[in-house]
Amino acid sequence: MNDQTPATRHVPDRLDNPLRSALFSWPSLLLVVAVAIFVANSLASPYFLSPWSLSDATFNFTEKALIALAMALLIISGEIDLSVAAIIALASTAMGFALQFGIDTPGLVAIGIGTGLLCGAFNGFLVTRLGLPSIVVTIGTMSLFRGISFIVLGDQAYKGYPESFAFFGQGYVWWVVSFEFVLFLAAAAIYYVVLHRTSFGRRIFVIGNNATAAQFSGVRVERVKFVLFCLTGLMAGIASVLLTSRLGSTRPSIAQGWELEVITMVVLGGVSILGGAGSIVGVVIAAFIMGLVTFGLGLLNVPGIVMSIFIGLLLIVVIALPIVYRMVRK
Amino acid sequence: MTQTLSTLAPLRLLKLREFWLAISIAVMIGAIATRAPSFAAPANLADIFNNTAILMILALGQMVVILTRSIDLSIAANVALSGMVIALCNASMPWIPVPLLILAAPLLGLALGAINGFLVWKLDIPAIVVTLGTLTIYRGTTFLVAGGQWVNAAEMTPDFISITRIQLLGLPLLSWFAVVIAAAFYVVMTRTPIGRSIYAIGVNPTASVYAGIDVGRTKFIAFCISGLVAGLCGYLWVSRYVIASSETAVGYELQVIAACVIGGVSIAGGVGTVGSALLGALFLGVINSALPVIGVSPFWQMAISGAAIILAVVLNARAGRKTGRIILKRAEAVS
Repeated sequence: MNDQTPATRHVPDRLDNPLRSALFSWPSLLLVVAVAIFVANSLASPYFLSPWSLSDATFNFTEKALIALAMALLIISGEIDLSVAAIIALASTAMGFALQFGIDTPGLVAIGIGTGLLCGAFNGFLVTRLGLPSIVVTIGTMSLFRGISFIVLGDQAYKGYPESFAFFGQGYVWWVVSFEFVLFLAAAAIYYVVLHRTSFGRRIFVIGNNATAAQFSGVRVERVKFVLFCLTGLMAGIASVLLTSRLGSTRPSIAQGWELEVITMVVLGGVSILGGAGSIVGVVIAAFIMGLVTFGLGLLNVPGIVMSIFIGLLLIVVIALPIVYRMVRK
Repeated sequence: MTQTLSTLAPLRLLKLREFWLAISIAVMIGAIATRAPSFAAPANLADIFNNTAILMILALGQMVVILTRSIDLSIAANVALSGMVIALCNASMPWIPVPLLILAAPLLGLALGAINGFLVWKLDIPAIVVTLGTLTIYRGTTFLVAGGQWVNAAEMTPDFISITRIQLLGLPLLSWFAVVIAAAFYVVMTRTPIGRSIYAIGVNPTASVYAGIDVGRTKFIAFCISGLVAGLCGYLWVSRYVIASSETAVGYELQVIAACVIGGVSIAGGVGTVGSALLGALFLGVINSALPVIGVSPFWQMAISGAAIILAVVLNARAGRKTGRIILKRAEAVS
């Protein structure tokens, strides 16, 4: 958990440490929090512990969590993408636009995912080729992408998606297990392998810890970062397909404010916002925590905006606790 | 070290950048005036200034935080919460004199900013994480204190609404707030030790420690300053738009950061002046006022400001790279 303090960034040779400590301590702390919230939910509402409720609960976070997986890699590499929610809006608008020309489900999905990928590549181009700070670039593209949706749609909405398109956001693979949930689990497994079991994943950590050293070690820093921006855009495109399918319509204000929730998920999952440390397991548990909190409070009729207080407190408290603990022990 | 900063080349270049930004704003106004001559009329320009006043004040607060290599994402939520509390006080206790409320608003904002600053200073949590958390907390609290209700014009006292509209020397009082605060920021940032410390820790935190500057405490003060102006803008916003709701200024933090970036405030810290933040805000203000005049749908506004941010950051990065090289050469020459 040392990786939460900026001071450790000055220690150069700690390639193994943050990974191991994140794997062994942060996720276990999160798991305790998740179980506590699960128990609290089942005590607070009699409707919580039913298969269908739990299945509904997953819809609260699967789309955001899919983006969070790629965002985790991006943040570990020391960059950030604030435009993901805007990419959802633009990809959704592109699908709705294509729908007007009678394009069917496979084409729509390809257009949605392709738009996401293009947007990610655009971000990656600006950050890696022109050497711009990603936080500023993606604040800009966030306005640009959503702005294009507003230009196309204004105060209108695209509706009338084909029946077969509804499967992605509303379909069930088996009993109460939704397509979205299965997709999320599969993606989580893939991202776990990529980050923790491949040389590409190692490179991401190296870049996040010391980009200059990585460069001199023969890591193509810019290419890796470009790929990560593309991946984040791709996941936002996939999330856009799921969300559009679930809502059955496209408005330019779709997924407004999601970028902050996705980043909260990633940071809560133990990924250092300064880069260089984090794990997919932590992010997955954090996704469950956020889903459980919002769903549990929803069952208690707590309005969404009040839930955000809990999410905000959770974020700060979970990160502050280990720090306070260390200070007190000293 | 801090005293020689003002004579360094980067700041001279920066002045040049502000100069070009001012020119481009003037050219933009001129170009629009060719299609709609009334756009450049003094009354309309004063109107644009007044419409941009709140953005300018917030951009100044945000700039101070960004200078210290931090960021305040909670600034708009602070506006909403402070504005809501002040509006509720006015609605439920109309006998409280409005000047007292105008004094209370910045103090309230200061307290919220101090929470951010405290977490950044004492717990050493990155500012982006802290303010991401407090952004949702402050906005949720705004909803809670009002019980999910709005405070509308009928509930506010006439004074509460009209004070910012009082005309003084041809400008409404709202504009004068911006003028006075800009002047105060100019004095603080260029003529006081705290202003110099804020620049110093942004340029080089390690060197600042050796120079005897408490980096954490300076960041704390920066967040207090940003909270202070956000609180004041809470009142100004409610008074200007005559409504307080939990949706007040939603997403406005990004506009504020955009104004700073367009002005040339470096997100890496240490680079940016009062003039640059003001011009960045004015640039956005002129675009927003111009669109309806030249017959462009307001739906274009978002995409245009996005494109402006990207363009600005591309141009700034080029200028920045040049100054970086100059610093390096100087350092080599000295050693």
